[in-house]
Amino acid sequence: MNIWLVMLIGGLLTFGMRFSLIFLFGRFEVPETMRKALHYVPPAVLSAIIVPELLYPSGSLGLSFGNTRLLAGIIAMLVAWYTKNTLLTILAGMAVLIILKIFYT
Amino acid sequence: MSESRKAFWSGVRAEFPLLVGVFPFGMIYGALALNAGLSTLASQLMSSIVFAGSSQFVTAQLVHDAAPGFVIVLTIVVVNLRHMLYSASLAPYLKNLSLKWKALLSYLLTDEAYAPSILKYEEEGITPVSHWFLLGAGFSLWFIWQISTALGIFLGATIPKDLPLDFALPLTFIAMVVPALKNRPMIAAALSAGLVAVLAYSLPFKLGLILAALAGITVGTILENKK
Repeated sequence: MNIWLVMLIGGLLTFGMRFSLIFLFGRFEVPETMRKALHYVPPAVLSAIIVPELLYPSGSLGLSFGNTRLLAGIIAMLVAWYTKNTLLTILAGMAVLIILKIFYT
Repeated sequence: MSESRKAFWSGVRAEFPLLVGVFPFGMIYGALALNAGLSTLASQLMSSIVFAGSSQFVTAQLVHDAAPGFVIVLTIVVVNLRHMLYSASLAPYLKNLSLKWKALLSYLLTDEAYAPSILKYEEEGITPVSHWFLLGAGFSLWFIWQISTALGIFLGATIPKDLPLDFALPLTFIAMVVPALKNRPMIAAALSAGLVAVLAYSLPFKLGLILAALAGITVGTILENKK
C-alpha cells in the first residue's frame, strides 16, 4: 500500500474515532471494559515495537554484549525511569550507542 | 473584545504550557520521519492528515521497517482508539453545536487539547461561547505541531547520515513507556507485549506487532479487573 493511502485511511479513521461519540451523543456509551483496556494500549503497542528493535538489531536475535542497541536501550530505560525526560532519554541512548560503536570497532 | 474571542484566547493561554512540551516533540518527529524514509512532503503532511503524535512516530517506525500498509493502518487505529474516550467525554458539552463545528473540533481533538478543555468545561459547564475555548486550545496546538514538524524536517536534513538516527525512534518510545510503568497491570502489559513480540517475531507482515499489542492490552485489563 502506498504511504499516501496509508496516511489518508489512517487519518480518516483517526478523525472518525474523534468524531464518533461527539456525533453519536446520547445514542452510544463506551463500555467499561473498553475504557479500562484503552489505558494499556500505549505500553502494549510501544513495548511490542521496542523489544524486537533491541533484541533483533539486524534481523537476527542478538543476546550478547556485542548487541550495542540492547545495551544502549537498557541505559535509556534507566534514564527514562529516573529523569522522566524525553530529550535526555534520547540523548543518553544515542550517546551510549555511538560510544559503544566506536569502542567495538 | 467579543465573548467568543475572549474564550478563544483563554483556550490558547490554557494550552500554552503544553505547547512548550509539544514543540521539541514535533521537531523530533519531523527529523525522524525524514530519516525513516518518508519524503519531506509526506513527513510534513502526516502532521495535518493524521495529526496524532504517537501514531505518527509509530508510522515512521513501521515505514522504516517496511511493514505492509494494512498493518500500519491497523496500528494507527489501535494507538488512536483512546480518542473515542475524549470524544465521549466532551460530547455532552458540544451537543448543541452545528455539524460543522462538531467536525472541526473533532479534527482538533488531541490529548493536549482535551486536557485543558475538559477541566474548563467541568468547572464552568456549557456557555454560548464555550466551544471557542476548545478551538483556541486545539488550533494553537495544531499550529505549533505544523511549525515544529517543519523545523524538525529542516534540521533533520542537516544531520550527518552516518549517525544511527533510526535508533532515536525506539528511544522515543522508551521515553514514553517507562515513566508510565507505575503499577503491576501496566508493567505486566508492557512485559507480555514485549514477550509476545519476540515469540511472534517471525510471523509475516509484522503481524507479531498486532498480536503482541493485543496480548499486552488483554493482560493489563485482566490484571486490573482482578484487583
